[in-house]
Amino acid sequence: MKKVLLLATLMLATAVTYAGGYRVSLQGNKALAMGHTGVAVVNSSELVFFNPAGLVYLENKLSVSMGASAVFADVAYQNQATGQTALTDSGVGTPFYAYISYKATDWLALGLGVYTPYGSGVTYEDDWAGSHLVNNIDLSAIFIQPTVSIKLSKFFSIGGGPIFATGSVNFNRNLNRTLANNEGERSEVTVDASGVNNWGWTAGWMLNPTENLRIGMNYRSKIILEAEGGDADFENIPNSPLSPFADTTFGARLPLPAELTVGLSYTFGEKWLFAFDLNRAYWSEYENLNIDFADENIPDSVNARDYENASTYRFGLQYEATKAFTLRAGYYFDESPVQDGRFAPETPRNDSNGYTAGLTMKLGSRFEIDAAFLYLHFKEIDASYDAYFENGQAVPFSGTYKSSVFVPSLGISYKL
Amino acid sequence: MKNTIKFMIGLAAIGMVSCEPEFDTPVEEGFYTNGDADFSNYVAVGNSLTAGFADGALYITGQENSYPNIMAQQFALAGGGQFTQPLMADNLGGLLLNGVQVNNNRLVLSADAQGNPGPTVLEGTPTTEVTTSATGPFNNMGVPGAKSFHLNAPGYAAANPFYGRFATSANATVIDDATSLNPTFFSLWIGNNDILSYATSGGAGVDQTGNFDPSLYGNNDITDPMVFAGAYSSQVDALIAGGAKGVLINLPDVTSIPYFTTVPFAPLSPLDPNFGPQIPTLNATYAQLNGAFAFLGVSERAISFSQTAASAVVVQDEGLVNIGADLTQVLIANGFPSGLAAIYGQQYGQARQATSGDLLVLPSSGVIGQVNVERLAELVALGIPAEQAGQLSVNGVTYPMQDQFVLVPSERDAITAAAQSFNATIQGIAAANDLGFVDARSALAQVANGGGAFDGGILTSQYVSGGAFSLDGVHLTPRGYAYTANLIIDVINRKYNATIPKVAVGSYGTVTLHNNM
Repeated sequence: MKKVLLLATLMLATAVTYAGGYRVSLQGNKALAMGHTGVAVVNSSELVFFNPAGLVYLENKLSVSMGASAVFADVAYQNQATGQTALTDSGVGTPFYAYISYKATDWLALGLGVYTPYGSGVTYEDDWAGSHLVNNIDLSAIFIQPTVSIKLSKFFSIGGGPIFATGSVNFNRNLNRTLANNEGERSEVTVDASGVNNWGWTAGWMLNPTENLRIGMNYRSKIILEAEGGDADFENIPNSPLSPFADTTFGARLPLPAELTVGLSYTFGEKWLFAFDLNRAYWSEYENLNIDFADENIPDSVNARDYENASTYRFGLQYEATKAFTLRAGYYFDESPVQDGRFAPETPRNDSNGYTAGLTMKLGSRFEIDAAFLYLHFKEIDASYDAYFENGQAVPFSGTYKSSVFVPSLGISYKL
Repeated sequence: MKNTIKFMIGLAAIGMVSCEPEFDTPVEEGFYTNGDADFSNYVAVGNSLTAGFADGALYITGQENSYPNIMAQQFALAGGGQFTQPLMADNLGGLLLNGVQVNNNRLVLSADAQGNPGPTVLEGTPTTEVTTSATGPFNNMGVPGAKSFHLNAPGYAAANPFYGRFATSANATVIDDATSLNPTFFSLWIGNNDILSYATSGGAGVDQTGNFDPSLYGNNDITDPMVFAGAYSSQVDALIAGGAKGVLINLPDVTSIPYFTTVPFAPLSPLDPNFGPQIPTLNATYAQLNGAFAFLGVSERAISFSQTAASAVVVQDEGLVNIGADLTQVLIANGFPSGLAAIYGQQYGQARQATSGDLLVLPSSGVIGQVNVERLAELVALGIPAEQAGQLSVNGVTYPMQDQFVLVPSERDAITAAAQSFNATIQGIAAANDLGFVDARSALAQVANGGGAFDGGILTSQYVSGGAFSLDGVHLTPRGYAYTANLIIDVINRKYNATIPKVAVGSYGTVTLHNNM
C-alpha cells in the first residue's frame, strides 16, 4: 500500500516529458515493456488507452492499472562553423497513467482513463545560440477518457469514448538575436497559458479470428488546444518608443494530432506472445505555431512547422517465465514528423529507435508490479530551421543535434 | 519483495546515470587546431578599437564585444587561455578622475517627441573611478585615445585616464605592461589616432610631417611617418622578443566612416521653411559678392542657392588664397559702407560653396542653419545692428562653416598621404617579421562601398542603420567588431595553419535603443 501512495505522489507531479513531436508514448508499463504495443493485447486495463474494444475480454470484474515514468531526456547542440555548443538542462519529466475497467456484464465493460500522451519540456541555457527560437518550453496535456466496451461476439468487439483534454504551456524565447536593454540584457518574451480545454474522442474494434490471434484497430481524434487570453510577459525591453513591446495577452493554437493504430497479437508455445502495432500520427495538422499578441503594436510571431504525417512501427514479445514473473521486451522505430529545414530546437526530434524491456511481478493474487525501461536512441543529425526571418531575410539556424532519452517506469495493477 | 525493490532501485539508477548525449566529433575537444600558433596567452595591443570603445564611451557590454575578446573566446576552442580585460564598473561608460567626470556617458538612440531617432547621452551617475577601478596589466591592452608613440611613452598614465586606470606604475609604458604578460600570441592595431584626431577635428591640427619630436605635437596633429615607423617597429620588436607570433592590422580609411559621410555637402533644402523663403534675398546679397569675386578673378568662388534643389553649404577653405583685403576694397569701391565691407572681406576671404570633395563632420549636422551665437556677439560688438548681425551669422548659409566642421581636399590629401605611409610601414614590418597582416583598410572600404555580407544582412557604413558603426560615428558596434574579429581570424588561420572558427556576426547587436526618462 505504501507503494500505491508513492505512485500517487508521483502522479501529482506535472506531466512534463521529453520533446519530440511532443507525442510521448508512455501510456502503460506492460505495453511499454513490449515496445509500447497494445492495440491487440488483452492483459490489463491499459486497454482503456490502447484499444477500449478489448476491455470486455478482460477476465476480471475489476481491473486497475496505474503508473508513472521518469523521463531523463537531454539534447546536445553544436555548430562546427562557429564552435557554439549547448546542452539542455531539462529536469525529469514524470508522465503518468491511471486506468480502471469494470465488467458490468458479460458483454459490457465500463472504463475510465487518465493519461498524458502529449508533453514537452526542454530547457536550454538562457541566451544560447538558438535563444531567438527557444530558451525553454514546458508543454503538458492531461487526457480524461470515460470508456465503453461492447462484446458483439466472442470474435468481435467495439469500444470507445469521449476525451476531455486539459493543457498548459509555458514558452520563453528571446525576441530576436540581438535586441537588448541598455544593460545588455537580452529582450525576451514568456507566454503562459493553462487550463486550455477541449474535447475529442476515441474508438476501436478488436477481432479474434482464432484462439491465438487478435487483431485490433483504434483511432484517437485530434484535439486542438486553443489558448485565448494567456499572459505574454516581455522582459528586458529597451525603454524606448522605438520598441513596440509591452506586456499583453496572446492567443495560440496547438494541435494534438489524431492517431490511428492497427496491430495484432499472437500467442504461441503456451507462454509466449508476440505483438505488432503500427501507429500513424496525423501531424500534418501542425503547420504553424503562431502567437497572436493582443497588443496590435506587437508583431505576431509566425513560426512555420510544416510537420508531416509519421508512422511508428512497434514490436513486442512477452514470456511468462514463472507464475510470479512475466518478462517483456520490445523495439520500435519512430519516424519523425519534422521535415528538412524545419528542425526547430524546441522539438529537436529526428527518427529514433526505441529499445524496451520490463517485467511484471505478481504480489499475491490481486496485485502486480509493472516495471519497464525505455532507451530511445537518436542518431546525431545535421539539421536547420530555415523559417526564421529578420527584416524579411531568412536567417537559418543550423547545427548538429544529438538527443538521448532514458525512461525507467514503474506501475501497479490490481485485479478483482 | 526485497529483490523487487533492488530491481526497482537498479532501474532508477540506470535512469539517473543516463549519460549525456555525445557527438561523434565534439567541437569542444580538439576539433579546432591552433596550427603553428600558440593561443594560450593572447595579448591585444592598440587603441580605442582594441578596447571595445563604442558610442563615445568605454562600457562593460562594449568591452565584452571588443574584437580581441570575441577572438579570445574562439581561441579558447583551440588551446586559448583566459583573456582579461580592464572592465569598467558599469554600462554608463562615464569616467571619473578623483570624482570629476572626465569622459561622457555613452550615446544611446533616443526618439524625440515626434518619434525621430537621434543619439543622446545616456543619463546616470557613472561609477568608474580612474584611481581605483582596475589593476593591470590585462590581456586587452587597448587604450582609448592612444597614438602610436604614446604606447612607448613613460608617464602616459598621467596624460590618459583610460591608461591611468590600469597602468602598473606611474612611469609604466603600455608596451612594457603588455610584454610583461609574456604573450604567446598578440595583435597590434595602432596608428588610427595619429590621423583620426586630425580628421575628426576637421583638420584643425597640423600635419607634423618633418617634425621628429612628438613631444611638440598637439593632440589634433598628424604624426610624422618616421616617428610612426620608429614607434611601431619598436613595439613589434618588443612583442616578438619572447617568440610570440601575432597579427598586425593596418589602418582603415578614416574618411569613409560615418563621422565624415553622414552630413551631405549640400544639405540646404529649398523646402525648409526656415531657409527656402530666404533664398531670393540671400542670392541678391551674394550677387554683389559674386561680382567682386569675378572682378578679383576668382569667379569659381561664387555663391548661390538653388530654388529647386538642395544647395551646398558655404565653407571656409584654408587651402584658398585669402583675398579678404582685396575683397573689402572692391566692395567699398562698389559703394559698400567700409565697416560692412571689412566684415565681408574677413568673413568671405577664403569662402566658397562646398563640393563633393568636402567632408562635413558629424557634429556639423546640429549646427548647419543655426545662428552662430559667438559670431553674432562679435558682429554686434563691431557695431552691426542685431538683426543684420543675426542674418550674417547663420552657419553654412551666411557664415562659412569653420575649419573644425569640414575636411577640405587639401586636408584630405594630408590624411591620405599619412595613411598610405603608415600602412606601407605596417605591411613592411609584418612581412619582415613573418607576422600575419590584416588588411582592415580594404575590408572596411568594402563595408563603406556596397557593404559586407553577414548571416542576416549587409553591414554598411550608413550612420545608425548600417550596423557597423556605433553612435559616435567613429567606433564600431558589437556587430562591426565581430565582423573585424572574423577578418583577423581568417588571416590567422591562413598564416598559421589554424582552424579557429569564426563567429556568427548577426548574433552581435548594433546600436542601443533607450530614452532617458
